[in-house]
Amino acid sequence: MRLSGRQIDCIRGGRGVFSGLDFEASSGEVLAVVGPNGSGKTSLLRLIAGLLVPAGGSVDLEGGEAELTLPEQSHYLGHRDALKPALSVHENLAFWRDFLGGAAGDLSQCLKAVGLTHATRLPAAYLSAGQRRRLSIARLLAVRRPVWLLDEPTSALDTAGQDLFTGIMRDHLASGGIIIAATHAPLGIDARELRMGTSA
Amino acid sequence: MTALAALIRRDIRIALRVGGGALIGVLFFLTVTVLMPFAIGPDLALLTRLGPAILWLGALLASLLTLDRLFTADHEDGSLDLIVMGRAPLELACAAKALAHWLAAGLPLIAATPVLGLMLNLDATATSAVALTLLVGTPALTFTGMIGAALAVTLHRGGLLLAVLVLPLSIPVLIFGVAASQAAITGPLSFGTPFSILCAISLVSFVIGPFAAAASLRHGLD
Amino acid sequence: MTLIDLANPTKFLSLTARVLPWLAGATAILLLVGFYQAAMAPDDYQHGAVVKIMFIHVPNAWLSMFVWSVMSLAALGTLVWRHPLADVAAKAAAPIGAAFTFLALVTGSLWGRPMWGTYWQWDARLTSVLILFLMYLGLMALWRAVDDPSRAARAAAVLTLVGALNLPIIKFSVDWWNTLHQPASVLRMGGPTLDRAFLIPLLVMALGFSLLFVTLHLAAMRNEILRRRVRSLQMMQASQQAA
Repeated sequence: MRLSGRQIDCIRGGRGVFSGLDFEASSGEVLAVVGPNGSGKTSLLRLIAGLLVPAGGSVDLEGGEAELTLPEQSHYLGHRDALKPALSVHENLAFWRDFLGGAAGDLSQCLKAVGLTHATRLPAAYLSAGQRRRLSIARLLAVRRPVWLLDEPTSALDTAGQDLFTGIMRDHLASGGIIIAATHAPLGIDARELRMGTSA
Repeated sequence: MTALAALIRRDIRIALRVGGGALIGVLFFLTVTVLMPFAIGPDLALLTRLGPAILWLGALLASLLTLDRLFTADHEDGSLDLIVMGRAPLELACAAKALAHWLAAGLPLIAATPVLGLMLNLDATATSAVALTLLVGTPALTFTGMIGAALAVTLHRGGLLLAVLVLPLSIPVLIFGVAASQAAITGPLSFGTPFSILCAISLVSFVIGPFAAAASLRHGLD
Repeated sequence: MTLIDLANPTKFLSLTARVLPWLAGATAILLLVGFYQAAMAPDDYQHGAVVKIMFIHVPNAWLSMFVWSVMSLAALGTLVWRHPLADVAAKAAAPIGAAFTFLALVTGSLWGRPMWGTYWQWDARLTSVLILFLMYLGLMALWRAVDDPSRAARAAAVLTLVGALNLPIIKFSVDWWNTLHQPASVLRMGGPTLDRAFLIPLLVMALGFSLLFVTLHLAAMRNEILRRRVRSLQMMQASQQAA
């Protein structure tokens, strides 16, 4: 499986964020998108996720399922956790499993993997920022998607959480997944770097 | 289908939990209706004549009030991004959200109608006519209002802008809803004609609403 | 037993656990006696048998206002004395008050149908009680809208005190404005005008319903205290690190 972008232009609010961007990542590879604030890391991820329309160029996934679009085969982990405080931890995760569809994992296993077993029945409102992030990460495990688009995935996590997440990413890569992560902090995994904000 | 069922279940659950707004709409409906006699006087004969119009206006404003949160809540916490990316077609997801909203916020309005009808001195025929037209008409309000709610999210303006966008769209529903209830009460027109048109408007809104909302969400998120 | 002793929720729980069965028993006896006396009371020359609705309507109407007064006192407790149980008392009272107000409205409406020929009339007394009902519902919505009870408490306390302005308007609406609703016949200057045959069952019923309120209120306060304990236990559980 290979994810590649060719000559992508991105314009937001009348301002060119980046142009002529090329990137590529294959199965088992991490592409770390680095660069200063405002260089367009988040825009690139949202563009791959289909949430922004590129002004030019194209993004393609080769070797995925033919009937599904790239966004339908991707997980997007943004700044916001997509959790409902009124629902319990389990209800939140079960909803995304049912809504996102596709091959699903065992929820209690997913919660165990991110260290939230003790909170399964509690409302998500009672979780700390780091725990909310862990619950979002559990979503990546609950439904299988080959492409992971991660925007500052480790920002709210403590050291233990970061180690845990590194392990989760390794497992994903080992099973042939692709990770594209915008990050300031090192991910703890060998990654190909895509430096933003220098080419323009 | 599991995806859509899950979405409907989730939205209803949130609306009914602590902090959810399902019952606020009914309270607003009650309050608006109670305000009317203060404005136009306590003359029961006059209130009876205006009753269907008062109830329809109250229901219209109440369903508009709660529509504001239809997409903004999901937009603020990032859920909307994932819903757009999901495998369920966005049009159907929008329709599911609107249906859930109607079940949680629209149905209680109809349940409250008989009580308010009593206060406006409507007889049984009039009350059931109003309740029936609301049952058929409020889904149209939700499904057209959804377009405004989607636009408001993508423009980052909620509240008042939504009202300005949606109210004109709801005029046909209001016209035929009130016309059908009046026809049932006083005649001379038959109830069937305006009622059929009201049904037609609802059916059209089921088609147009989700497509328009999905289109504006798809092109407006950033 | 002073208010200070009651400030400790644990003491409150153990005390009410002992008191509640007695209260519930007394309530049941009073209400049974009241209902029996009400059933035995003679028909009114003007109202006929319909007058018996009065024995339920009047106590509920009194309580609808009394409960708001209790909540206003509790609101002062929250804002001024910062009594730890004040907002528990205020929150627990709101649904009970709403229920009494609802019953007063429904029974009044059933009474009005044979007497006035209509279930509802937009006159000063009925409308002001209806507004009281809406305020109860609004207050309950406010409690529900905010997840953190201590933050909701202050907002609700302010709203309760402002809403208390409605109470004198309800009480004196029958004197100030010309209304269909009859003027006060028990709580008035110069003593009650009601005949003893009606007055005594009415007072028994009023006492019975008041005790019913106290019983329900204490039970609801217990529930609220326990609910808050569950909440803080859950929050503690959430902040635990996974083993």
